[in-house]
Amino acid sequence: MGKHVLVIEDEPNIIEAISFILSRDGWTVDTHSNGHDAVDVVLSKTPDLVILDVMLPGRSGYDILTDLRERPETAGLPVLMLTARGQNKDREMAERLGASRFMTKPFSNADVLEALRELVPA
Amino acid sequence: MPQGQLTGTRIRERRVRQGMRQADLAAQVGISASYLNLIEHNKRRIGGKLLVAIAHELSVEPAQLTEGAEAALIATLREARAAHSGAGAEQERAEEFAGRFPGWAEVLARSQRRAASLERTVETLTDRLTHDPHLAAALHEVLSTVTAIRSTAAILADTREIEPEWRDRFQRNINEDAARLAESAQSLVTYLDRAGEADGGEAAAPQEELDAFLAQIGWHVPELEDGQADVEALIAGAETLKSAPARALARAWLERYADEAAQLPARDLMRWCEDNAPDPGRVAREFGVSVPVAMRRIASLAADGPAGRIGMVSCDASGTLIFRKPVDGFAVPRFGAACPLWPLFAALSQPMTPIRQVVQQAARDGGRFLCYALALPQGAPDFDALPVLEAHMLIIPLEGGSEAQAAPAREVGVGCRICPRISCDARREPSILADGF
Repeated sequence: MGKHVLVIEDEPNIIEAISFILSRDGWTVDTHSNGHDAVDVVLSKTPDLVILDVMLPGRSGYDILTDLRERPETAGLPVLMLTARGQNKDREMAERLGASRFMTKPFSNADVLEALRELVPA
Repeated sequence: MPQGQLTGTRIRERRVRQGMRQADLAAQVGISASYLNLIEHNKRRIGGKLLVAIAHELSVEPAQLTEGAEAALIATLREARAAHSGAGAEQERAEEFAGRFPGWAEVLARSQRRAASLERTVETLTDRLTHDPHLAAALHEVLSTVTAIRSTAAILADTREIEPEWRDRFQRNINEDAARLAESAQSLVTYLDRAGEADGGEAAAPQEELDAFLAQIGWHVPELEDGQADVEALIAGAETLKSAPARALARAWLERYADEAAQLPARDLMRWCEDNAPDPGRVAREFGVSVPVAMRRIASLAADGPAGRIGMVSCDASGTLIFRKPVDGFAVPRFGAACPLWPLFAALSQPMTPIRQVVQQAARDGGRFLCYALALPQGAPDFDALPVLEAHMLIIPLEGGSEAQAAPAREVGVGCRICPRISCDARREPSILADGF
């Protein structure tokens, strides 16, 4: 069984595309589209890595990341942040809160795959 | 050089422009050429009959020689010098420059006015790009859709063997996303087109619509002063109030206006302001109204009245501006937070304490403003709940020569994003001016 990734993103066609390419690359993919209970889903699914959008309905990705970093069981979990805002202050905010990687939309499939492979080596 | 001594420079400039010799002009007005020379070099004062005679010979009004047509021009030149203080322009020679080279001075003044106008445009646009939630959401929608299309298209292009059902699904997704993208882009363009229109153009958010409406009527509603106007009719006739929430905001604003106009009629207040400074504390005591009512009534007076043009801002307990009436020289941000150094926010942190302070906005035209600020709890006291504060600040331009004009002024900004005061303890984000925008 491959590595396990949880994609937390509210755009259904992005979820579908990412799920497809990651599945083809051997990842086991779970998806979730709501920020409100995202932390609970992370805790219950126990993924090897989380792809986390910043702008989510219910709760921002920054708040979710803060929560994850405060919990011992998820403090070291690799998190790839996705955002449509590419300003330096957004990148700095993500880094300050403990994001493992920061990627700006629109990204390429190859960039996502490469980032995941670096964050969770086989 | 005092302005009064520049009459000579203007006489010389006019005479030379007309190709008249100094000796000829002197002879025509019955003085010696050497005396006219002293006058022209501002070494002798001139007035009375001699001034009238010289003006007659030069075919100009005497006032044009004594006051010059360039009072506004000189003021703009001083603004230009203030904006480039390191350039070494001699402040005391601005009037002489305007008198001797009026054409070049006008070119410089126009450039200064153009630069100020462009700076305001940059402020507005930057403010919008940074803080406008509608624009941020629209751009997020566009970028998310583009991301979905890009990822899906790459799958179709790069995946050699793809199951027909997946291929069909992705093609359908791209088709849907393309339609959505077209719609989002169209919506965005429409929104930006509206935003780019003049101040009276369509606004986007309810508060913006209300602000545009109030700016259009000049924050003054003569029809409500006599208690005869129908608020609903005023709203129905307002083209700028497009949305129902904006009309609701306008209705509340106009109803309060009518109520406060009944408490303190504009004609009484204007009469009082003819002999008194528009101090809201004194107005409140004199007419038996609350200080916020006094502030709003003063700010709602017609700009050509005895109190002149007066600005006002109000904020809720979070510091969000809920009322904006800017005044020339004191800009108020249309979006996002204002400068934390404003007395308005000092008042918010010291409820019930009246604050009076002279301020000057950095990188503006140098005007000073006397601000009166006060924060008060809203609603009736409730033993089961903490009071909710609202703060108000009246902004009164200080005219030259007034006592307060000489008082030290606190330098404040408009908002951090467009503020040139780089070293400021209150700064919350970098300034585009610091980045060499």
